[in-house]
Amino acid sequence: MFAAATVAIIAAMVLALVRAFAGPSLYDRVLAGNSFGTKTVLLIGLMGFLTGRPDFLDIAILYALINFAATIAILRFFSYRQPKGAPAEPRRASTGGGGE
Amino acid sequence: MTEGYSYEVSPILLVDLSLLTMLLVVALAMLRSRHLFAVVMLSGIYSLLSAAFFVSLDAVDVAFTEAAVGAGVSTVLMLAGMLLTARREKPFESRRVPIARLAVFATGAALLYATIDMPAFGDPNAPANAYVGQAYIEETPGDISVPNIVTAVLASYRGFDTLGEVIVVFTAGLAVILLLGVGSARGGREVSDVDGEGS
Repeated sequence: MFAAATVAIIAAMVLALVRAFAGPSLYDRVLAGNSFGTKTVLLIGLMGFLTGRPDFLDIAILYALINFAATIAILRFFSYRQPKGAPAEPRRASTGGGGE
Repeated sequence: MTEGYSYEVSPILLVDLSLLTMLLVVALAMLRSRHLFAVVMLSGIYSLLSAAFFVSLDAVDVAFTEAAVGAGVSTVLMLAGMLLTARREKPFESRRVPIARLAVFATGAALLYATIDMPAFGDPNAPANAYVGQAYIEETPGDISVPNIVTAVLASYRGFDTLGEVIVVFTAGLAVILLLGVGSARGGREVSDVDGEGS
């Protein structure tokens, strides 16, 4: 059963890869990277169960944390730098979220 | 550590093979793509894939560093660098030198040939497991009461080495911050080489 789940996860990884290759817009690629990270977390958990050592589950949880933080960092980065062609709008850095 | 390791075709071996195949595909796609944002996201995916591969090789700490640095920090750093330049790579005329390709393939073939001499994965008689590693495993519980041997080696046995590494990483981080101009990323300062026109 774990093997079937692993095959399904790897198939989902391939699908996310296809979206990262093809994805026309920027957000498609961000989403592809994020969901690929989620698949990695699941795959690491499954590998622990496949080898009979579920200790890997802690590492998988830490990966989920890193993945979340990285996606937030990438998206925040784009909220600071609008494309040059975009109409001028108030930067969000000056109004809110500039806490750090 | 490597209890029950078997050389027959195990599910983990199939997982490894599919991970390595995806690594190869992602690397080729990164080479071919001219869209820089796609390349940055693909390099993040590449780091996640290699982290998963490291976990399956039992190198959990290396995998963790790879996921944090490769998928997290360096993705953001490369985005910061990309926003200072163009969004797309310029097309270049391909002027390939056959000798360069020949040298690359010869080096690759030599390295592949060298892997034949390497000890088997998890071999207890391999040099990496025999001398110093064995001593660390035996001495650590008596010398330092840290249950994790890797932590004991990094923070105590090689403490000065780690201190030097931290200094190097700190200097590199300062240089990267200066190069990228963090103020521009925060909307504080425009970075442009051309007067009066945003790049």
